[in-house]
Amino acid sequence: MEEVIQIKSAKNIDGSIGKTKTKEKISGAEAVVKCLLAEGVDLVFGYPGGAIMPVYDALYNYQNEINHILTRHEQGAVHAAEGYARSTGKVGVCIATSGPGATNLITGIADAFIDSTPVVCITGQVASPLLGTDAFQETDVVGIVTPVTKWDIQITDANEIPEAIAKAFYIAKTGRPGPVVIDITKDAQFQQMEFKYEVCTKIRSYFPKPKIDLVKLEEAAELINKSQKPFLIFGQGVILAQAETELKLFLEKSGIPSAWTLLGLSALPNEHPLNFGMLGMHGNLAPNKLTNECDVLIAVGMRFDDRVTGDVKRYAKQAKIIHIELDPAEINKIIKADIAINADAKEALQMLTELVQHNENIEWINKFKEFQKIEYEKIIKHDLYPTENGLKMSEVVRVVSEKTNGEAIVVSDVGQHQMVTARYFNHKNTRSSITSGGLGTMGFCLPAAIGAKLGNPAKQVIAIIGDGGFQMTIQELGTILQTNVAVKVIILNNEFLGMVRQWQQMFFDKRYSQTEMVNPDFIKIASGYGLDAQRVTRRNELDSAIDSLLNAKAGYVLEVRVEKEDNVFPMIPTGASVSEIRLE
Amino acid sequence: MKEQYTISIFTENRVGLLHRVTIIFTRRHINIESITASESEVKGIYRYTIVVFETREKVEKVVKQIEKQVDVFRAFFHTTDEVIHQEIALYKIATSSVQNGLSLEKIIRDYHARIISIEQDYIVIEKTGHKEDTKELFEVLRPFKVLEFVRSGRVAMMKQIDNFSDSLYELEQAHQLD
Repeated sequence: MEEVIQIKSAKNIDGSIGKTKTKEKISGAEAVVKCLLAEGVDLVFGYPGGAIMPVYDALYNYQNEINHILTRHEQGAVHAAEGYARSTGKVGVCIATSGPGATNLITGIADAFIDSTPVVCITGQVASPLLGTDAFQETDVVGIVTPVTKWDIQITDANEIPEAIAKAFYIAKTGRPGPVVIDITKDAQFQQMEFKYEVCTKIRSYFPKPKIDLVKLEEAAELINKSQKPFLIFGQGVILAQAETELKLFLEKSGIPSAWTLLGLSALPNEHPLNFGMLGMHGNLAPNKLTNECDVLIAVGMRFDDRVTGDVKRYAKQAKIIHIELDPAEINKIIKADIAINADAKEALQMLTELVQHNENIEWINKFKEFQKIEYEKIIKHDLYPTENGLKMSEVVRVVSEKTNGEAIVVSDVGQHQMVTARYFNHKNTRSSITSGGLGTMGFCLPAAIGAKLGNPAKQVIAIIGDGGFQMTIQELGTILQTNVAVKVIILNNEFLGMVRQWQQMFFDKRYSQTEMVNPDFIKIASGYGLDAQRVTRRNELDSAIDSLLNAKAGYVLEVRVEKEDNVFPMIPTGASVSEIRLE
Repeated sequence: MKEQYTISIFTENRVGLLHRVTIIFTRRHINIESITASESEVKGIYRYTIVVFETREKVEKVVKQIEKQVDVFRAFFHTTDEVIHQEIALYKIATSSVQNGLSLEKIIRDYHARIISIEQDYIVIEKTGHKEDTKELFEVLRPFKVLEFVRSGRVAMMKQIDNFSDSLYELEQAHQLD
């Protein structure tokens, strides 16, 4: 026990580096816990059950070293692990039992997979002699999760546990990060074994860091230096590579205007003069319009999602494309690159900065500013400072952004409020925007915010949720109650599934099929969970309500009744080109 | 344009890995025409040979997604004329049909087939070759009443001398040194 407590970072269990051997025999379950400690894990999310009980029994002895957060549903556990991982850069860990416990994780695993989030999931499994027999709570977990994991393994022999967990952590966090599942049979958890732990530093079939091609880099620099209208778009790859500073320096030297994908948000402060906002479906006018006018498009750490590109046949056809991306499978997957640089964003941007000339691109940047002005007059002004009708989601986000000085970690759910939050919160710090991008998982926000807050106890963590998404994981209010985690929840309640309703209005003749919500009294629910809560319906109450939310020492729920049938604009309708972005 | 492609994948030998590879085809709604898996020239490294009928573009993307799997070393794809390939077929015919005066000998000679088992009730013939060849022999053997017929998936080697096996050997050595 003594030696274990001292371990803070990924080292061998006795604190040394290199091969170690300890003779003590322990159970596979205890080995799981010791492996987690050796990887520096001090926080896990989970839910117990029959097939994982030995691990929970082992955790009981390590309560001072590992803080286990009991969520109210396994989906909550995995989203919390994602929120923790996305906000801290560390690997999130969650634990569940076999069968339904494991299947409840799947939405979160799929979410982590598509959004490149490092998560290690440990699931219990029925005892190995029962595998394949339809035993109680048996599911072929590995078979089900394989399509949505970076790697997975089933363990039937306790002696395999240390190596598997070491590999799991290494795989989850290196290269393009992703979720890993370790499924351990109950007999392996009970089995006695000699424990030794070696941190994994390489796998012979796995090449997480490509060797950068200097010739390509020089070609890219030449193209950029000749360009009259260069444009840089970036995604989460910048954050994952910790390349925020390199991005900023590159932009400042080359004078290239930039824009971000939803997951790239917060890699560059919103107020940076070369940050021209969000790409894609509900992004800003300038970057979308000018994607189809630039002569060189530099894409960094992003994968040309269809929500970003609109119609790919009419996407940046006039431009030479430089694609800097760590995952080779993303290169030429959607958009053919003229110059493909398979590299870590940090390394590539660093080297590219040295090769590019100083430039200001004044005329070109003025074009962005012109479009910015148009969007401000037609949309942003009315969104941020409305004077009539009901409250708007956008003004709520503005007030939160102003009052937190853009320093808060903002976690959003999925739908209209998500787009509005991404558009209007002025992020100052990296890793301060957490949202479900690729999968668009409603119900992500509340548990992810719990994970983000536990990973960043000193920071203000604000969960901005729609009334629909809130009810998908509303049970996690119980987790807030039990663990006292001070998440600040803002429900933007329009009593509709707003984004679907907007599409029904625009593309389905206003046939509002199953999008109107009859909601419970959220204030009563919050107070049932012991949380302070209030409801705001009028504009003049908003300011002080948000003050109360921000000043609360504990978790807090603020319900804001917003305009019921508001739409999010600009918008690129499905199948349209980015330059066909609509302002109304 | 859709074409026949032979995909060669070098992998670790792990439970569940074949599943991980095949679902990459499933995801894109690509049917696998044939599949074989066995150990390669390097101990512990396995080789899958998968044949699909698809466009080059899709195959290229699928192969990249296969290659990025943690337990996959490398994956290659080739058109049919870029590989030397072979299949094996077994034919079971009734012994009585030969006794009925039909001459099997000439067929065996002409088709470079061979008899690998003669039992009281049946004879098993083996032929290796391309799919068309084994199919042709099946037609020729029809009068004998083919009781059972089975054909393997394709095995294939690239025509070009590839350095990959060198790097496999290097990997093997490095592994032994570890």
